[in-house]
Amino acid sequence: MNDVERLRREFPFLEGENPLAYLDNGASTQKPRAVIERMRNFAGHEYANVHRGIHELSEQATAVYEAARERARSFFNAATAESIVFTRGTTEAVNLVAFAWGGQNVKSGDTILLTEMEHHSNMVPWQQLAARTGATIKYVPVLENGEGLDLDASRTLLAERPRIFAFTHISNTMAVENPVKDLCLLARENGVSTLIDAAQSAAHIPVDVEEIGCDFLVCSAHKMCGPTGIGILYGRREILETMPPWQFGGEMVDRVEFGGAKFRPTPARFEAGTPAIIESAGLHAALDFVDSVGLEKIAAHSSALAEYAAEKLRSLPGVRVFGPKSSRAHLVTFTVEGVHAHDLAFFCNDRRVAIRAGHHCAQPLMRKLGAPASARASFHFYNTPAEADQLMDAIAEAIRFFNP
Amino acid sequence: MNTDELYQEILLQHSRRPRNHGPLENPTHRADGHNALCGDELSVELRIVDDKLEAVRFQASACAICTASGSLMTGAVTGLKSEEAGALAGDFRKLATTGEVAPAIESLTALRALGAVHRFPQRVKCATLAWETFSAAIREGSVSPS
Ligand SMILES: Cc1ncc(COP(=O)(O)O)c(C=O)c1O
Repeated sequence: MNDVERLRREFPFLEGENPLAYLDNGASTQKPRAVIERMRNFAGHEYANVHRGIHELSEQATAVYEAARERARSFFNAATAESIVFTRGTTEAVNLVAFAWGGQNVKSGDTILLTEMEHHSNMVPWQQLAARTGATIKYVPVLENGEGLDLDASRTLLAERPRIFAFTHISNTMAVENPVKDLCLLARENGVSTLIDAAQSAAHIPVDVEEIGCDFLVCSAHKMCGPTGIGILYGRREILETMPPWQFGGEMVDRVEFGGAKFRPTPARFEAGTPAIIESAGLHAALDFVDSVGLEKIAAHSSALAEYAAEKLRSLPGVRVFGPKSSRAHLVTFTVEGVHAHDLAFFCNDRRVAIRAGHHCAQPLMRKLGAPASARASFHFYNTPAEADQLMDAIAEAIRFFNP
Repeated sequence: MNTDELYQEILLQHSRRPRNHGPLENPTHRADGHNALCGDELSVELRIVDDKLEAVRFQASACAICTASGSLMTGAVTGLKSEEAGALAGDFRKLATTGEVAPAIESLTALRALGAVHRFPQRVKCATLAWETFSAAIREGSVSPS
């Protein structure tokens, strides 16, 4: 039995005679037994609210919650656990930074630098910040056919000293891995703060915040074999310490009087209200699981599958494949002339292949590339070449069906 | 299979060669519609003379169901009074969401083929977009003559 087969057995979703070929990992990943069991056990036997009980159970639950924070710290090689803030996910983490950091640091006339390949989640919160403050948004352009970021343009734009450069590690549409380390260095040299959207990269390639040298990094557990409802904001501690809270209530306060309140230090000050406690136990198990598979191995496996799929797709009539010519990350976005992506995805579903269709939350980019709707297959370590073949057969058949 | 149930031959024909597709000269009404789920866009242009729909055209870059629905919609409403067309739009909405066939559409075989979408909640909007945009054009899409 090879590695992939052994790993597939860890996923209840993949049991049975004819499991769905699940190629929508970019949207969310399936959950291994270790995560499901851990959450069940924790909820069944160890659960209580955190940070507020004197009783033993609450103390233990608090320890579980804080152990998850420590695990996230080690997973991303952050210097201190105080750098790890739990959020609802990537989207909430970007909003947190745009509100708390942005409100304090971005003024009228400032520039916020993004890229054209951002997910709506790393675009709209900044647009709203710009609207509130009178700042301007600029975008680093994407090269033809989404082959990569225009790095020359990024150099010029960073030299104009925007307040922050917020950009994606791996594009969820173009399968491009951006040179985050170089870009962060360039930003630092120009005095520009950085936020990295690691939603697509966090469980696919090794992510080391110290090595990357970013100020903020955000991701979602549900794309990392973990549960929904929890995500991570990494922030450099010195920066988090200067940021005001953005939501207010229990947990985040130090002392409250009728006349006002004082707030706890980071990370508690950014976690108002009862957090996702059961999910934190699941996240911990997910990080252990992903680490045990090995990120180098995951990266090699899922990009090899995406390359293979891209190669095969290119050989079909009328297919346009987006993204880099080589070094493709774990996904492939494509269009078929004369067949709309919706119809492709519906047709594939009938052949038990789950792919994504639409704008992939990157509407401005897809419009620019002249493909307002496209199909996307995204792979993970539990996918197989046979599943990529199943996709190919379904697409080839769809082309014959819709374009006879 | 679902594919055969949804994509009946008559609908595929309309999606490959949609009728009344493209811009309309001297429209009196127009509207743009889009499907927030997938970003598909569709526009409808009408010429209403003496309360009668003299010409109806649509433009779309959309899936087969949406395109076929636009094609069939233009055919079904051209020549009607706007009130009659409004009633038909209501009947179509019911067809797409419940599969129920109102008397006014009983004889419109091709249109009725779209009733299959009610079994696929994700695709209902694909079928109703053209009709919703058409209704919006009549309601609030009056354009001043150029
Ligand atoms: C690159 C990227 N950024 C942000 C998000 C948003 O993540 P979430 O919906 O978990 O907040 C996604 C996922 O859809 C993504 O792929």
